Amino acid sequence: MIYTKNLEKYFNNLHVLKGVNQHVKKGEKVAIIGPSGSGKSTFLRCINLLEQPTSGQIIFEGEDITSAKCDINKVRQKMGMVFQQFNLFPHKTVLENITLAPKTLKLMNKDEANAKAEELLKRVGLIDKINAYPRQLSGGQQQRIAIIRALAMNPAVMLFDEPTSALDPEMVGEVLDVIKSLAVEGMTMIIVTHEMGFAKEVADRVLFMDEGLVVEEGKPYDIFNNPQVERTKNFLNKIL
Amino acid sequence: MPTQAISYFDKLWLQIEPAVQSNTLNFWQTIYKEIYSNLIKDDRWLQYLNGLSVTIKVSFFSIIFGVVLGLILALLRLPEVKDIKYRKTNSALVNFFKYIGISILKLLSKFAGFYIQLYRGTPLLLQVLIINFGIFGTVRVDKIVIGVIACGLNSAAYVAEIIRGGLISVPHGQKEAGRSLGLSAIQTLNKIIIPQALKSALPAMGNEFIALIKETSILSYIALTELTKAGDYIRSRTYSAFTPYIISGLLYLVCTLTLTKLISKLEKRLSASDLH
Repeated sequence: MIYTKNLEKYFNNLHVLKGVNQHVKKGEKVAIIGPSGSGKSTFLRCINLLEQPTSGQIIFEGEDITSAKCDINKVRQKMGMVFQQFNLFPHKTVLENITLAPKTLKLMNKDEANAKAEELLKRVGLIDKINAYPRQLSGGQQQRIAIIRALAMNPAVMLFDEPTSALDPEMVGEVLDVIKSLAVEGMTMIIVTHEMGFAKEVADRVLFMDEGLVVEEGKPYDIFNNPQVERTKNFLNKIL
Repeated sequence: MPTQAISYFDKLWLQIEPAVQSNTLNFWQTIYKEIYSNLIKDDRWLQYLNGLSVTIKVSFFSIIFGVVLGLILALLRLPEVKDIKYRKTNSALVNFFKYIGISILKLLSKFAGFYIQLYRGTPLLLQVLIINFGIFGTVRVDKIVIGVIACGLNSAAYVAEIIRGGLISVPHGQKEAGRSLGLSAIQTLNKIIIPQALKSALPAMGNEFIALIKETSILSYIALTELTKAGDYIRSRTYSAFTPYIISGLLYLVCTLTLTKLISKLEKRLSASDLH
């Protein structure tokens, strides 16, 4: 479903991605772990072109989205993204946050968008917050809203950029539960995370990134219990 | 104003006139003399009201003109426009128009920066004089129109910087959230960035509007009979140094205080999303 071919990214002189070749299959859940500065977030952000890759290709559903002919806005509609800092729209209510994009892009009319939003809100147990503003919600609630805001677009793949890193510890669980329920439904997902237990539980495949390269990849059990590469071992020793 | 009221004022005036002649007015009589000669005689209060209406008209249209032009200037100054990148496509024709469009945009962006520097760096009075005697020197144009153009062009430079400040204050993540949902750059700007930017720019914007109302007094230089000129004109008739200007000043206060109230109401309404 998503191929990256020799993906490279420079920030001025800083070589952040040094050629990442990956293939994420439909329905696959990929967790990306690694030390900070390893390029995992940049890799994720390149996939929906929030960062323009310096070179290399990204093929999404058979289309090269790095080519100038590609309408990136159309592609992004099929890629939901969840940010570390939630990035809800503070001037909009919860309902408006969820329906803004489907309505603006004329994918749904007002009634359809509202119905969809209500269905999703019920699903994450936040229907009573439908007319609240983001600032009135806790971090965990905001992140759950951010997830269903992305889901309201009916994406083919969900990208999670450290979705629980900005949360108070007691709120991590509620957000992870929502992501897990998505995983169970068979959503294709790429998750950058520091929650190793979560990665172990949810992911089909774990990528360990360091210094702009995927150093090691494999089944969660193998990576966490029997890492082959020295850098992976060091990293896991430090955090587990 | 009913004629009876006038005659009542006139009657009072006739009563104190001997004292005026002999220059033996007491305190209250002096005050009445000032009010009578500067406000009531020859229906002079009408001149203040005419001046007030000119000031309000010029201010209102200048503010609108300034905000529209200022918003355009601010958007042109955005880093997205300044550092816009030219992505080649396969079609030579599309490439050609893309190249032309981007070049024009970049040129406009440069011009916007230059414009803001120029207008903020030179006195408004000078700009008014140049527009009045230079640009419209040989054409007959309503002075109000000249006033709106001069004040609007000036205000736009300040508004542009205020809005730019507002745009910068919106966290980068907001733009990313909008774009990641598939909204175009313009849709993101419209629906997400600009509403938040305007909200945080509102207090500074209110200041600018109030400053603009006061600065329209400069237009008295080009013989536009707005509030200051109206007061000045009456001073030249009555030789009262204080009263006409104080009356004009009070009317300015009415305008600015009303505007302050309106803006703080608007601020309250927009801050609905700030409540905890």
